[in-house]
Amino acid sequence: MISIDGVDVQAPVDATILEAAAKQGTEVPTLCYLETLTAASTCRLCVVEVEGARVLAPGCSRQVEEGMVIKTRSPRVDRARRMVLELLASSVDLSLAPELLELAEEYGAAPERFGEVRAQVQLPVNTDNGLYVQDLSKCVLCYRCVSACGDDAQHTYAISVTDRGFGAAISTEFGVALPDSACVFCGNCVAVCPTGALIVTTEYDMRQAGTWDEELQTVTRTICAYCGVGCNLDVHVQDNEIVKVTSPFDHEVTAGNLCIKGRFGWSHVSGPASPD
Amino acid sequence: MDLRNVTTPPSDRERVAIDRVLADHGFAETDGTPGRTAIGGRSAATRRDLLLPALHALNDAVGWISEGGLGYACERLTVPPAEGYGVATFYDQFSFEERVEVVRVCDDIVCGPYADQLIAGLDGIEVERTPCLGRCENAPVAFIQQPGFRRTEIAPASPQSVLEGEPTSVDTHIGVIGEAVLLARVGSVDPESLDDYRGAGGYQALSRALDEGADAVLDRIEAARLRGRGGASFPAAAKWRAVAQAQGDKIVVCNADESEPGTFKDRVLMEADPFAVIEGMTLAAYVTGAERGFLYVRGEYALAERRMIDAIEAARAAGLLGEDVADGGFAFDVEVRRGAGAYICGEETSLFNSIEGLRGEPRDKPPFPTQEGLFGLPTVVNNVETLVGAVAITMDKDGNSKLFPISGAINNPGLYEAPLGVSVAALIEAAGGPTSDVQAVLVGGAAGKFLLPDDLEVTLDHGTEPPLGSGAIVVFDTATDMEVIVDRIARFFRDESCGKCVPCRVGTIRQVEALERLGNGAAERETLDDLAAVLRDASICGLGQLAAEAVQSALDLELIGGPSD
Ligand SMILES: Cc1cc2nc3c(=O)[nH]c(=O)nc-3n(C[C@H](O)[C@H](O)[C@H](O)COP(=O)(O)O)c2cc1C
Ligand code: SF4
Ligand code: SF4
Ligand code: SF4
Ligand code: FES
Ligand code: FES
Repeated sequence: MISIDGVDVQAPVDATILEAAAKQGTEVPTLCYLETLTAASTCRLCVVEVEGARVLAPGCSRQVEEGMVIKTRSPRVDRARRMVLELLASSVDLSLAPELLELAEEYGAAPERFGEVRAQVQLPVNTDNGLYVQDLSKCVLCYRCVSACGDDAQHTYAISVTDRGFGAAISTEFGVALPDSACVFCGNCVAVCPTGALIVTTEYDMRQAGTWDEELQTVTRTICAYCGVGCNLDVHVQDNEIVKVTSPFDHEVTAGNLCIKGRFGWSHVSGPASPD
Repeated sequence: MDLRNVTTPPSDRERVAIDRVLADHGFAETDGTPGRTAIGGRSAATRRDLLLPALHALNDAVGWISEGGLGYACERLTVPPAEGYGVATFYDQFSFEERVEVVRVCDDIVCGPYADQLIAGLDGIEVERTPCLGRCENAPVAFIQQPGFRRTEIAPASPQSVLEGEPTSVDTHIGVIGEAVLLARVGSVDPESLDDYRGAGGYQALSRALDEGADAVLDRIEAARLRGRGGASFPAAAKWRAVAQAQGDKIVVCNADESEPGTFKDRVLMEADPFAVIEGMTLAAYVTGAERGFLYVRGEYALAERRMIDAIEAARAAGLLGEDVADGGFAFDVEVRRGAGAYICGEETSLFNSIEGLRGEPRDKPPFPTQEGLFGLPTVVNNVETLVGAVAITMDKDGNSKLFPISGAINNPGLYEAPLGVSVAALIEAAGGPTSDVQAVLVGGAAGKFLLPDDLEVTLDHGTEPPLGSGAIVVFDTATDMEVIVDRIARFFRDESCGKCVPCRVGTIRQVEALERLGNGAAERETLDDLAAVLRDASICGLGQLAAEAVQSALDLELIGGPSD
């Protein structure tokens, strides 16, 4: 038995605080966490107060222990979350992360107070291939893409976190262009990116042109016809053109992952797209 | 995995350097077949743990890490090049541009006042400013890296001594209040002689342990209340006991990454009494049943590393490491691993990742090292001083004796030993008193707190205020601009943050910026307090958690920023 916000809860031994809270109906905000990936616990948005602990605990990775008394909201928790949001909003372009901006507002984050002259993540937009764009000024270093490209899904290891501290960034070896790297353009990194730092080229271009409009889009579930695996595809269509293909995360076999053919192979339907 | 290799070939020198370092570590296949000398965990299929030694081999041999060199290292070790690059760029000591040599000049809190002048005198040479090099007692300090496996520590440094590249010849001043326990042999035995060490009582603790058994050692260490000297003050016996009770393979790690500004105690122990460090590790291995040991020494401690390697070889030759240690019926051996310029790698879980060939980023705890440490195995990780303390305690010496590196505005900067409970004032007096009027004293390094001259009667111990930390004491006189000092500390944390978690990655840089605005007269206390709160509460590891300590104490004591609001 554990206690969450004063309510006694039964939770399986290997459950995380996040899972135990969800079971009880309490939502804890997350950013870096994604169910299909190993939690790297880098953002610290999900911190909660565990009675008796010196510091706050990351809900997404800390497992519950018998007798744990947890507060998912408290002045201490709220202050930490507000600051995390403030730090992110002051350093990274969150324009394609509306939920995060809403949360920042809800927690009263005031990133302006860090002044005009402040360090920000400013990296050139990388369009070295025709399939997806890296706009790393939007990167919050959640490590999701690295996990997806590596141990958790793709086992390609084309990208890594490089450098240290505020200078840390997602990169290939020596920053070589993606077509010259190990990248196989599965787009599984794009699929997991929470902030639009990795984005399919069609979407990027349409957003630049101001023509991207999700209100006008339909999403149709279908099955990829390229091979026998049978991955589920969600085909996003705007004005009779396919603008993006994704795959549902809650699929027990593919968990949101696709290969280049499933994710990008529709280009011959409506237009040119290739890795180079 | 789809390994795509870098297409640029390595140069001959790079290839030879890599082949040699891998062969030295028992990984000799050159036909590209991945080795199967697996240890476990994530690196099971390869000797990924040889990545850091391989990177050093490249940087040492030719002065930098080229695409071809890194590509070849990755190919030999089956490491994806992107990951290899991610690991290599984590460390300050590696260059990715061709260079002949680099002189690193310390501009940290003790050497800072001398740095500009020293650098000005080194016109035309590539100079990089670095945080504390761990020789603060002989400030200013420089460290030279040259191709051809040459690393030179110079203290005190002048333009002339740097240009001549002569290693330091000045000894560290030693002082003792009470009985010398940890420093008993420092300065009186030849660190290169095992016989000398034995003649001075060395290896008697191990004999006694073998006679009396592991439990007796544990009980004695517990009774002596030996607590960790790496900064966290964790009871040593509890760690040892937990690992002793664990099943399967286990590991002992000696944390010799000493990089806390103002701290140079472990360096002196390794340079002057290396066999004691080995005996301490061996004792831990005997008690816990670990057969493998790693000593992780910071990359700027060239002499200490040399002494440790030589001592390990001598101990091995004498049967004090190896298959049957001291004929005691247990196996244990030690490998030395060298850090590459990253304070964070002193954090125990970062240290594990660093040895494993991953980026030196901390892991969330739990699991604790005693459960899942190096290579995922139950691990005892102890500071150098803790291990030497365990040796002394086994011979019934006082477990309360502590080392205090003292530097700054003090007449006899050096390493002092005193019983815990000693006052800061007594330590300062033992070190010959301040050179002029004291403005403030920093206790515990950059992660520590300031004291005002009126508060120096306060005593130092585990678990009391101010926190003991590494035991480092730096004295600042009234001529010191404390804004400069506090700014240097804030920049230290900004520069050394690994970047994994948001509070520290962004919070440490915002702290530097807020201090700058404060210096310009802005009201920033609220912002600084909020930053301190998120750093302390939500950071993954101790680096972020303590990154605002010194700043906050300077604000509270009005050493900077005028009256606190
Ligand atoms: C940022 C950071 C740096 C650290 N650096 C060192 C170090 O250089 N040496 C050390 O022994 N412990 C260091 N520690 C503490 C270690 O994590 C660990 O507590 C210690 O090695 C355990 O040994 P002990 O119990 O003998 O002190 C550091 C901790 C942090 C958070
Ligand atoms: S597209 Fe696929 S292979 Fe390329 S970086 Fe992203 S996850 Fe890795
Ligand atoms: S690019 Fe996206 S997925 Fe990758 S670390 Fe940055 S924010 Fe996360
Ligand atoms: S607190 Fe700092 S050093 Fe520690 S994990 Fe976070 S970013 Fe890295
Ligand atoms: S969601 Fe838990 S640390 Fe990011
Ligand atoms: S060596 Fe320069 S401050 Fe320590």
